[in-house]
Amino acid sequence: MISAAGEIAIGLIVLTGSLIGALSALGLIRLPDVYLRSHAATKSATLGVLLILTGAFLYFAFYLEHVSAKLLLGIAFVFVTSPVAGHLNGRAAYRSGVPLWERSVRDDLSGVYKRGREERDPEQ
Amino acid sequence: MALQILLNFIIAFVWMFLFEDWSFSRFAVGYLLGIASIGLLSRFWPQGFYLRRLWAALKLLLLFAKELLLSSWAVMVHVMRPRLAVRPGIFALKTELKSDWEITLLSCLICLTPGTLTLDVARDGRILYIHAMDIEDAEELSEQIKGTFERAIMEVTR
Repeated sequence: MISAAGEIAIGLIVLTGSLIGALSALGLIRLPDVYLRSHAATKSATLGVLLILTGAFLYFAFYLEHVSAKLLLGIAFVFVTSPVAGHLNGRAAYRSGVPLWERSVRDDLSGVYKRGREERDPEQ
Repeated sequence: MALQILLNFIIAFVWMFLFEDWSFSRFAVGYLLGIASIGLLSRFWPQGFYLRRLWAALKLLLLFAKELLLSSWAVMVHVMRPRLAVRPGIFALKTELKSDWEITLLSCLICLTPGTLTLDVARDGRILYIHAMDIEDAEELSEQIKGTFERAIMEVTR
């Protein structure tokens, strides 16, 4: 009885993770510019992958009696590396001049790079 | 903090040497004794007892999990809505954090919460430029980040 309930709970965790992954793929199609797409791609997808890995870890730990340290390490590594990847994608896009969506509200970063370049070599 | 943990391990090992018993339970008892003695003598350390900071780090982790679930739910709702109603934008956030390590932690946490993305950190490390999916009011959003993440990080590092 308890084991059946546990199986259902783990199944729900994995199902939620895959639904979140599917929704972030939908967001990748629907959203209009690079920055908004990177919101959907790097973060919601990370959450989905984390939930699926957690579900797999729980299943191995409770039903096959095998505590998989590799899954734990995988969770930690995905958690640490994905925000850096998202940050670098967005920053590279902004520095190479990819425009924001035309309905964006404000842009505090515009002009910051140009000013910095003039301060470094004022002859140009 | 690292020194206190090292001292705690040394106390536990001394305890194991005293009994010539190399089991884990003896180590655990020695570690608890070390916690007690370091806690009693914590006024001799300039930065205070290390368990307090460990507790603050745990609270930061819980706070982060809460924010992650709440904001990812908000982003899901935005994506599923038939008409796209997001109002994206970039706003500058002045931060009071000083060291590189604290600023890296803050920008990683902002990157991981759905709906906000750190685009750049200013050269002097005082301003973070954040792309937000839905700026209702940038002041309010930055107050919210300051109130939650920045304060929790400060509690861990100082």
